[in-house]
Amino acid sequence: MIKYTIRRLIQAIPIFFGITLLSYLLMTAAPGGPTSALAMDPRIPPQQRQAMAARLGVNDPWPVQYLRWLLGDDWMRVDTDGDGLADIARLIPLDADGDGRPEPAGRRKGILRGDFGESFFQRRPVITMIEEKIGPTLELGLASLIVGLVIGLPVGIIAAVRRGGWFDNVTRVLAVMFNAVPVFWLGLILLMIFSFRLQLLPSGGQCGLVLSGGCPPIYQRLEYLLLPTLVLSTGAIAIYSRYIRASMLDVIHQDYMRTALSKGLPGKDVWFKHGARNALIPLATFLGPAITGLLSGAVITETIFSWPGLGRLGVTAVIQQDFPVVMAVVIMASIATILGFLLSDILYAIIDPRIRFD
Amino acid sequence: MTTQTQTQIKTLKVRAPEERRLGESLTTLALRRLRRDKLTLLAIAILLVLTALSILAPVITEQLGVSATRTNAQIAFAPPGTPGHILGTDDLGRDHLARLLYAGQVSLSIAFISALLSLGIGVALGIITGFYGGIVDDIVNWIIATLSSVPYLFLLLIISAVLRPGPATLIIVLGFLGWMGTTRLVRGETLSLREREFVLSARAIGASPLRIMFGHILPNLFSVIVVTLAIDIGSLILVEASLSYLGLGVKPPTPTWGNMLTNAQTFFTKGGHLVVMPGLLIFITVLCLYIIGDGIRDAFDPQAKDR
Repeated sequence: MIKYTIRRLIQAIPIFFGITLLSYLLMTAAPGGPTSALAMDPRIPPQQRQAMAARLGVNDPWPVQYLRWLLGDDWMRVDTDGDGLADIARLIPLDADGDGRPEPAGRRKGILRGDFGESFFQRRPVITMIEEKIGPTLELGLASLIVGLVIGLPVGIIAAVRRGGWFDNVTRVLAVMFNAVPVFWLGLILLMIFSFRLQLLPSGGQCGLVLSGGCPPIYQRLEYLLLPTLVLSTGAIAIYSRYIRASMLDVIHQDYMRTALSKGLPGKDVWFKHGARNALIPLATFLGPAITGLLSGAVITETIFSWPGLGRLGVTAVIQQDFPVVMAVVIMASIATILGFLLSDILYAIIDPRIRFD
Repeated sequence: MTTQTQTQIKTLKVRAPEERRLGESLTTLALRRLRRDKLTLLAIAILLVLTALSILAPVITEQLGVSATRTNAQIAFAPPGTPGHILGTDDLGRDHLARLLYAGQVSLSIAFISALLSLGIGVALGIITGFYGGIVDDIVNWIIATLSSVPYLFLLLIISAVLRPGPATLIIVLGFLGWMGTTRLVRGETLSLREREFVLSARAIGASPLRIMFGHILPNLFSVIVVTLAIDIGSLILVEASLSYLGLGVKPPTPTWGNMLTNAQTFFTKGGHLVVMPGLLIFITVLCLYIIGDGIRDAFDPQAKDR
């Protein structure tokens, strides 16, 4: 088991670096590169701009820039005597702008050590901005996952047990409809009905206006959570119920089910104890895709309901062209996805030992 | 007794045409099944009507004497049913119906072309990796694993931050990001197809790998391809709409069903109809495409006898 876990962890590493490389290359594809927006600002006098370009490393070759972003530059130009100027340099020259004086030492730690740089707009470390937003996104995501499972599981099981019946047909149609409905439109319509016309629910946000200390505990602001969770879980309900139905149908045809029924156990017991328990096993593989789905949905849902989470942060950052924040949000979402897939695989290997020996 | 026999005859009558006739190809059988599938036929009809309306947008707006671009502050937020404006007007007094029709043109063509693009990439890569296996397969699989580890919408976030896409760029971006699922599917199918006798006999008569892949294996993927295309177009309409809604896709004044909703929150009090219609059209179109996809899949399923 431990061996399998380690092997899967190692397999995840190149994928993680692939993602960092991909997102970095995409960023450098922006006209002039990710930092040029600052370094090339025409309002800054040319000399200062040059110094800034050298400090930001805009003129270095892209592999060096990528390494700096990934691993930081505090080891690239080191300041040993504490005068703020570098006197040892690796990979990049001491005097990059060629004015005869050494550049200041590098201070960035790189994303691998949690340093995503500074937001262009808010002028504060990106990582603290991310930390603030993870909580709300987790809250919304978990709530939707729970709602999706609580509704999706029984629906899927009943649809499978009564295959071809009215319940199966109705839920099948509903599942297709839930998949086809644009999430943002559903959110807007619900918002229009429940918060503007009927004035029953708040129009957005995680809680009412608070002066300090963040939102009150979750049970005091459920009305804020209700609509976003409902909207985010529609897709989840549709997918989970169909998935469970398929899995349950596989189980129903197993011999042990027929045995249990033929020895006279009541149907309810057989389906829910013998059947459902086994039908839930494949659900473990579903964790990874579920996380991806919820994260992508969160981008839209958080924007509609002004939910202060990662998705909304990402959208705002894209509109403001705040590249460090965009990168951080994307990397975080990818890490969550990789971990989700990893967890699925490991869970599945625990449940079904055959997986470990492929 | 008589009633029982009658029901039996009825079932026979219903079932018999579903079975495969002697010497009949799977495609003919599928078409025959499709002709009986009223839901799928209805979906196809609705989709065709919507497409035709969008294509004919210039003619229709001319006949109605309305324009998608002419603004008029005096008649802003006219409700549906206003004389001269069947579906009312938007915040700038532009005719809502005209905007919906032109938006349909943009939304449908973006989804359709990018679905074709991603299908092309997906099918080609799927056949090649499935047929050759080995190192090509490993590399493509790694790319797929990497690309699918970035949640789709987040990948689109970076790209729209960098490119600020218009319709053409968006088509290319969506096309190049959506092929992974198709590749997996086609690769799996190819893996089993390449072991079949007709591939062996093609090899035996000295057919080149290229000919085997695209002359012998590809035609057998027909149903998979059609189903994928229908479902992909549907999903891409949703993706494009979401992106444009967020302000990261097609930018106004070019209308799409998604960006017509960008400022929907400000319409809540005055123009509820502006919120309802664009989303409803997206919903109906995507629903039709999903139903068509499902219908075709069922029609081509060789095991499906009793549906």
